[in-house]
Amino acid sequence: MGELRAPPPGGDTASAITTRAAEVIAWAQKYSLFMYPFVTACCAMEFMAVTGPRFDFSRFGAEAPRFSPRQSDLLWIVGTITQRQAPVLKRIYEQMAEPKWVLAFGTCAAVGGFYDNYACVPGIDKIIPCHVYVPGCPPRPEAVLDGLMLLQDKIQRGDRSPQRVTPRVDPAQQPDLALHSIRPRGPRQG
Amino acid sequence: MAQALVELILRRFPEAVVQTHAQLGDETVVVQPAKWHEVAQALRDDPAAAMEMLVDLTAVDFPEREPRFEVVAHLLSLSRGHRLRLKARVGDAGGERAEIASLTDLWASANWMERECYDLFGVVFRGHPDLRRILLYPEFIGHPLRRDYPAERAQPLVPYRDVPNVDKLPPFGPEEGMSFGRRAHELVRDEEVTDEG
Repeated sequence: MGELRAPPPGGDTASAITTRAAEVIAWAQKYSLFMYPFVTACCAMEFMAVTGPRFDFSRFGAEAPRFSPRQSDLLWIVGTITQRQAPVLKRIYEQMAEPKWVLAFGTCAAVGGFYDNYACVPGIDKIIPCHVYVPGCPPRPEAVLDGLMLLQDKIQRGDRSPQRVTPRVDPAQQPDLALHSIRPRGPRQG
Repeated sequence: MAQALVELILRRFPEAVVQTHAQLGDETVVVQPAKWHEVAQALRDDPAAAMEMLVDLTAVDFPEREPRFEVVAHLLSLSRGHRLRLKARVGDAGGERAEIASLTDLWASANWMERECYDLFGVVFRGHPDLRRILLYPEFIGHPLRRDYPAERAQPLVPYRDVPNVDKLPPFGPEEGMSFGRRAHELVRDEEVTDEG
C-alpha cells in the first residue's frame, strides 16, 4: 500500500497530503488497469463470471477491456495456448506499451495443464514473461480476484517477479477429496 | 435397417467387400481401397441408400497391422434415416503408400475432413482440390496422430525464451506443474501406496 501521510485528525486542519511520486503513480496504475483479454478456451466462462455483476472486477479498477494491445497494460491469458497461436501471442505482448503485466489465467496458461503434447505450449512463460499465475481448471472467481489483488499489490511494490495465487483450500490436504496420490517419478518399487 | 444397405453393397460390389460386421447396431463395411470412391458414389446415388450426408471421415492407425491405416467414413441418409460406416485399409508398415481416392466430388464436407486426416495421419487423398494441413502449421514435420510420433515431441513456432531452466520456471518447483504430465509424475492409486508401505 502506498504511504499517504495525512495530518492527524483533530489537529491542524490543513488539507495537504504528502507522498512520493513513484508511489502515487503506482497507486494510480494499480487502480486503472486496462486489460487485454487473450481468451482462447473454456476458462473464458469463468472469466465472464468474474467480469459479470456477481463477482464484478470493475470494483478493482480493471473495468475497461481494450481490444488493442497498444492501449492496454494488463494481458490476461485465459486458456490453452497452442503452438500455432504462440507467434500471435508473442506479437501482442510485444505491441503492448510499458509498463505491462501478464496474468496467466488457469492451469493451461500457467503450465500447459494436461496438454502435454505436440499441439500446446507448456505454459506461456515459455514464450513471454508472466507475473501472476492463477492455477485452477478453471480457477474459481475468488481465485481470480486473489490474483488481481496480488497483481495490484505487486504493482504498488514495484515487484515484477513471477508469483502465483495459492489456493485457499488445498485438495491434497483433504483426504476425503483426494482420490489419487501424485508423487514424483522414480524407480518403481516391486 | 442398415442391414439392407450391407446387402445392397454385397450385391452390387461382391468383389469389393473385404469384410462386414456390426457393432452395437452400427453396420460396417470394409471395402477395397481401389473401390472406395465407387462404393461411396453408389451409396450416395442409389435411391435405396440415398446417403446425402458424410458425417465424419477420419482414420485409425494400427501400427502392428498391414495395411496400417483404416480410413473410416460415416454416412447418413437424411431422407431414409439410416447410417452406414465405410472403411478401407491403406498404407504399409512404414506409413508409406497411404493413399485413397478423395470423396470431395461426392460430398463437399469431405474437403476439410480429408485435410484433417492428411494433417494428423498422413493419409493422402488423391483428387483432393487443396490437400494441405488444416490444423497444424505448414512448418510442422510428421503426422502427430500416427502411433510412432513421439508423444512429447513439440515443434515450437517461436523459440522459447532465452532464460535458464525454461522447462520449469519459478515460481514452480521442479516437481510442480504438469501434474498429469508423463514427464514429471506418475499416477499412483492410494491403495498401491499403502501396499508399498
